[in-house]
Amino acid sequence: MSEVFDTTRNDRIAARIKSRYAAERRFRAVGFAAVLFSALVLAFLLLTMTSNAIGGFQRTELRFPIDFSNGALTVDASQLEGSGALAVLEGAGLRDVVSFAAAQSAGDQAAAELDDSAWREVAKQLIANPDQLQGKVDASLSVSDDLAAAWRGEGSPELNVLAAQLIQQDKLVHAFDPGFLTRSDATDAQTVGIWGALKGSMLTMLVTLLLAFPIGVLSAVYLEEYAPKNRWTEFIEVSINNLAAVPSIIFGLLGLAVFLALFPNFRSAPVIGGMTLALMTMPVIVISGRNAIKAVPPSIRDAALAIGASRVQTVFHHVLPLALPGILTGTIIGMARALGETAPLLMIGMRAFVASPPDGFTSPATVLPVQIFLWSDEINRGFVERTSAAIIVLLAFLLVMNGLAIYLRNRFENRW
Amino acid sequence: MSPAIPILLALGLGLIGWLSARSRAQIFRKAARAGGSAMQSLPNYHSWYVALWVVGPAILFALIWNAISPGLILAHVLADPSAAKLPSFGIGRDSILSEARSIAAGQMAKAFNPQASPLVEPFRIAMQRYGTIGIVVTILLGFVGGTLAFLRLRPDFTARSRVERAVMAILLVASLVAIFTTFGIVASLVFETVRFFGFVSPFDFLFGTHWGPDPMAAPTAGLGDRYGAIPLFWGTIFIGAIIAMLVAIPLGLMSAIYLTQYASPTLRKWMKPLLEILAGVPTVVYGYFAALAVAPVIRDAAQAIGIASASSESAMAAGLVMGIMIIPFVSSMADDSIAAVPQAMRDGSLAMGATTSETIRRVLIPAALPGIVAGVMLAVSRAIGETMIVVMAAGATARLTANPFESMTTVTFQIVAMLTGEGSFDHPATLSAFALGFVLFLVTLALNFIALRVVKRFREAYE
Repeated sequence: MSEVFDTTRNDRIAARIKSRYAAERRFRAVGFAAVLFSALVLAFLLLTMTSNAIGGFQRTELRFPIDFSNGALTVDASQLEGSGALAVLEGAGLRDVVSFAAAQSAGDQAAAELDDSAWREVAKQLIANPDQLQGKVDASLSVSDDLAAAWRGEGSPELNVLAAQLIQQDKLVHAFDPGFLTRSDATDAQTVGIWGALKGSMLTMLVTLLLAFPIGVLSAVYLEEYAPKNRWTEFIEVSINNLAAVPSIIFGLLGLAVFLALFPNFRSAPVIGGMTLALMTMPVIVISGRNAIKAVPPSIRDAALAIGASRVQTVFHHVLPLALPGILTGTIIGMARALGETAPLLMIGMRAFVASPPDGFTSPATVLPVQIFLWSDEINRGFVERTSAAIIVLLAFLLVMNGLAIYLRNRFENRW
Repeated sequence: MSPAIPILLALGLGLIGWLSARSRAQIFRKAARAGGSAMQSLPNYHSWYVALWVVGPAILFALIWNAISPGLILAHVLADPSAAKLPSFGIGRDSILSEARSIAAGQMAKAFNPQASPLVEPFRIAMQRYGTIGIVVTILLGFVGGTLAFLRLRPDFTARSRVERAVMAILLVASLVAIFTTFGIVASLVFETVRFFGFVSPFDFLFGTHWGPDPMAAPTAGLGDRYGAIPLFWGTIFIGAIIAMLVAIPLGLMSAIYLTQYASPTLRKWMKPLLEILAGVPTVVYGYFAALAVAPVIRDAAQAIGIASASSESAMAAGLVMGIMIIPFVSSMADDSIAAVPQAMRDGSLAMGATTSETIRRVLIPAALPGIVAGVMLAVSRAIGETMIVVMAAGATARLTANPFESMTTVTFQIVAMLTGEGSFDHPATLSAFALGFVLFLVTLALNFIALRVVKRFREAYE
C-alpha cells in the first residue's frame, strides 16, 4: 500500500502542491493587506485631522495685567447694567486703556498686534463682574493672525523676534480656546468660531427631520401595506429607488431652480436647505422603513385582523410600533448623511459669509460642512488648524449619531 | 405677522373640536350601553373626525392665504396715492418696495431710500388688514367645519371608516412626494437645458473640445467654441471611472473576499464597522484630506520621478481619495453577490480538492461576476456624481490629457463653479450648469437602471 502511495506522490506533484499552497497563502495575504490598507487610511485620516485640530482648539494669547484703579476708565459700576453697557465702555475709551496696558507690559509693537476686537473680551469680563473696575485684571487676549503665525516661527522676521522675546517672558502663550465653540465666522483665524455654523446645521437638520420623517414613514407604510399592485405603484417605487441614487448635487440644482424661485427672499436660509436635504433623505427613510415593516411577521397582522381590527388599526397599532426601531435606525443614518452633505447647500447659496449665528429658520445661515469648505480655501496655517478642529467636531457629531443608530438596532430590534 | 399664527390657531381649534367631540361620543356610548347596544365607532374616531374637519379646511386656507396675501398687500399699496411717484419699472422700484415692506414688518429700523418712507404706512395698514382677514377666516372655517362635523355625530355614525379614508388619502399624498420630486428634477433640468441650447447648439456642447465659459462676456448666441464639454466628460471619467475604480475595485473586492472567506469572526466583527466608518465620513472631509495630506505627497513623488508638470491639484489625488471613499461600497456589493452564490457550488469545488483561493478565483468570482459588475456600475455612478472631493482637490482647468498628475476638472466641479458666482440666470454660463447636471442625471440614471436589472436577473438565476 505504501509503495503505491509513494510512486504516485512523486516530486512533481509535491512541488505542485507546494506552489498551490504558496498561492493560497499569497492570496490570503493580499486579502489581508487590502483590509489593512483601509484601516491604515482611516487611521491616517483621523491622525492628520486630530494632530492639526489640537492647534485649532487653541489660540495665541497675549497675557498682561490691566490696572483700572488709577482712574483711566471713568465708568461707574451702575452704568454697566442693561444692554448699553458695551457702548458705555467703548465710549469711555476701554479700547485705548487695554492697548495702553498691553504696551506698558509687552511694548508698543506687541500692543499693535493685539486683535482689533480683543477689548470686547475685557468689556464682557467687566460687565459680568463690575467690581473689577476698582482693581487689577489679568487679561489674556487674542493677538492678530500675524503674531499668531510668528508664535509658530512662521511670521515676518521682526515679529518672529518679538514673539520669541514675549514667549521667553511668558507673555505670549498658546492656550485652549473655549470660544471656538461659541463664536461665529470671522475673517481672522484667531477669532473664528463654529457656533454659527453649528446652529445653522441644527436648524437645517430640524427642518429636514420634520419634513422627511413623516413623509418617508407614511409613504413606506403606504407602499408596503396598502398600495395596490399596479403601474402607478411601480412608478412610485422606481422613483424612490432612483432618487436614492441621484447625485446629491442634482438635488441642489432642484433646490435652486424650484425652491429659490418660489421663495427668493429665503436665499441661504435653513428652511430652504432643510427642504432640499429632506428630498434627499426621504428615499433613504422610505427604503429602510419598508425593510423594517417587511420584517414584521404576517402573524401579527393576521392576529390583529382576526380579532376585528381594521387594516388601518392593524398597521398603526401593531405593525408600526414594532417596526419603529428599524425605521428610526434608518432615519438616523439618513440624517447623518444629510448632516455631512455640502454640495447641494453650496448650490442654494449657503456659502455666504455669515458672521453671526442665525436667528431663525429664515435668516441667512451656513452649516458646518460648508463652513469647513469655506475655511479650507484659506491658506493661512491658523485656518488649516481651525478647519481640522471643525472637522473633528463634525465627525464627533456623526459618530454620536451612528452610535445611537447602532445602539437602537441592537437594543430594540426584534429578531422574529 | 408670522405665517405660523393661523396654523397654530387652526391646530388649537382642532384640539378643542377633538375634546368636545370625544365628550359627546362618550355620552352616546353611555346611552348606547344602557340601552344594551354598541356604537358603530369608538369615541376616539368621532373626535378625530371632527378634528380633521376643523384643521383640514382651516390649514388649507391658511396655506393658500400665505401664498396670495403678499400680492394683495402689494396691490393695496400700489393703489395708494404716494405709490404714484415710484419709478415705473426695474430694480429701483423693487428695492424701494421691499425696503418699505421690511420696515413695516419691523425687520428694519429706518429707510435708506427716502422714497420708501411714505410707503411704510400703507404697507403697515395693508399687512394688518390682510393678516386680520386671514386669522378671522381661518377661525371661521375651522369653526364652521367643526360645527357641521359635530352635528353629524350619532351613535350609529360611521366615523371610523371616514377617518380611515382620510388616513389613506394622506398616505397616498405622502408617497406621491417622490413622484413630484422626480418630476421636479427632470422638469427644472430640462427647462434650463433647453434655454441653454438656445445659446449653444447641443452638438457643440456634447462634442466640442474646448471649455472656457466667460460669465462676464455678453450672452449672445453661437458660443459653441466656449462650451464644448468633452474635456469635462473626460475628466469625470478619468477621475471617477478610471483612477477611483483602479483603487476601489481591487481593494474592495479583496476586502470582501478576505472578510467573508478567511477572517476570524472577531476580526470580521471589528473590520466591518470600520469599513462602515470609512463610508460615513463626509465627502467634504475627504476633500480636505485629499487637498491637505494626499495631493502634496503625490506632487512631490511625481516631481521626484521626473514629471515636471505635476500640479498640486491633480486628478491622481482626487481619484485616489475618491477610490478610498468607494471601497466600502464596492466591498458591500461584492459581499452580497458572493453570499448569493449557492453553498453547493463552493462545497463541490472544495470537495474536488481545490484550495480556498482556487475556489474563490475559479468558482465564486465567476459565478458572482454579474453582481460584482453591477456593484461596480453603481460605484461608478456614485463616483462621477461626487462633488466635494473634486472641488477641493482636482482643480479648475479643463484639459484633455491622460497625465494623472496634472490638474483636471469634472462635470460636478463646473456645476459648482458656474452656480456659486454672481452670474445671472439668463447667462449661458449659469445655464450650462443645468445642462451638465442633466447629462449627469441621465448617465447616473442609466447606470443605476442597468445595474439594478443585472442584479435582479442574477438573483433570479440562483433562486
